[in-house]
Amino acid sequence: MGELKRTPLYDEHVKAGGRIVDFAGYELPIQYAGISEEHNHVRTSAGLFDVSHMGEVTVKGPDALKFVQNLVTNNVKNLVDNQVLYTLMCYENGTVVDDLLVYRFEEDNFYLVINASNVDKDFAWMQKQAEGFDIELVNISDNVAQLALQGPKAQEILQELVDFDLTEIEFFHCKRDINVLGAKALISRTGYTGEDGFEIYLDNDQAAKVWQAILEKGGERVMPIALGARDTLRFEACLPLYGHEINDTINPIEAGLKMFVKMDTDNFIGKEAIAAIIDAPKRKLVGLELEKGIAREGTEVLVGDQVIGHITTGYLSPSLGKSVALALIDSEHGAMGNEVILQVRKKQIPAKIVSKRFYKKNYKK
Amino acid sequence: MKVLENLLYNEEHEWIQLEGDVATFGITDYAQDMLGGIVYVELPEEEDEVEQGDSFITIESVKAATDVLSPVDGEIIAVNEALDDAPESLNDAPYEAWIVKIRVNDLSQLDNWMDKEAYEAFCAKEA
Repeated sequence: MGELKRTPLYDEHVKAGGRIVDFAGYELPIQYAGISEEHNHVRTSAGLFDVSHMGEVTVKGPDALKFVQNLVTNNVKNLVDNQVLYTLMCYENGTVVDDLLVYRFEEDNFYLVINASNVDKDFAWMQKQAEGFDIELVNISDNVAQLALQGPKAQEILQELVDFDLTEIEFFHCKRDINVLGAKALISRTGYTGEDGFEIYLDNDQAAKVWQAILEKGGERVMPIALGARDTLRFEACLPLYGHEINDTINPIEAGLKMFVKMDTDNFIGKEAIAAIIDAPKRKLVGLELEKGIAREGTEVLVGDQVIGHITTGYLSPSLGKSVALALIDSEHGAMGNEVILQVRKKQIPAKIVSKRFYKKNYKK
Repeated sequence: MKVLENLLYNEEHEWIQLEGDVATFGITDYAQDMLGGIVYVELPEEEDEVEQGDSFITIESVKAATDVLSPVDGEIIAVNEALDDAPESLNDAPYEAWIVKIRVNDLSQLDNWMDKEAYEAFCAKEA
């Protein structure tokens, strides 16, 4: 590991009393006011996140569309200008390189948003796949700051800072060059919480003033949200996190992401391997509800004395007040209502398979 | 940060109140602040025999599970079952929300515990 990086908002985190940890090579806050309080504020009002650690790659050139369609599993060809797509990049064997957002600006101009911990690996992978395509790939991750404003009051707060009518940005669409306090921002109606909200991409040197302005304008409606609550929010909405629900040993079908894999599009990397297992994946991502205790990542899932899988993420859900978890288990045991045992330290705790959509998403579609 | 006069403290940010050979055991204000919102406490059973260094309690915050090691050899003679329903009382009132009472076999295992002043000095150094 090299030296830890800081986002342009590091000083803001310290000022706001954030408890700083090492996350994906960045010094970022794990919590400010407290994970549960931050979590609930996003669900009921609004929260502001620094996600500047995320990576951004631009794809420009005559073959941009063809290149991206070959790279990812979802249907890129159906996108219109300024539409955004959630998708996955896979290896030839069908396991996941990363999950990402694809922004289509124009047919020859795409913008890919990838996970911080994977930036170097992803960019190397993209460069390797770019051979034979007439495109230019640029990793602009270090130049781009990203804020996320999420929650039922996100739109009314952000609207007070921009002269563009935000209702014109539909779910999973974006608008470039929106003027925010003199800064030019890319704004999309996307997020990672299960709530309505926006992701805002800016030049690094513009990030702090926009961050401060959102907190000032928002007043009691908004609070800064750190990584701890970011994880509980995405978990409740059953949004996967690379390194947990997906990684280079799990394919998207096992992870329950079939709707983001379009087999009727042109060839994409990993398509053949996925076609071979799509109707009968060996493993399945399921939701679990525990009678008591909390199942953390790595906890073994048993039926009798046989290990059938492991927990990928588990929390006492702040929104539900119940102990729930996601687990990757052998498909044959994955039926709804099945009972399993969790080996939590020395104790065996019973759990039941339930819908993994713990929290109903409140998107504006 | 609150530190009380009549308790003993260790470097793990735990407190005890000693009456005869019975130690009432809990975590300090500093500890609860570091852990963040506590959502579950896994308690030992009454009459469990514990040895110094045994993992005997698990405190779960939203983010993580933290094992608590027994500071002494002894027997658990009481557990605070109120924590089952109100684990957050460890955050709200860490010196009232005791966790267990231990009958201590060898009181010399508590020789290194600190008084209020020494513990405050220790915390100042940690911060």
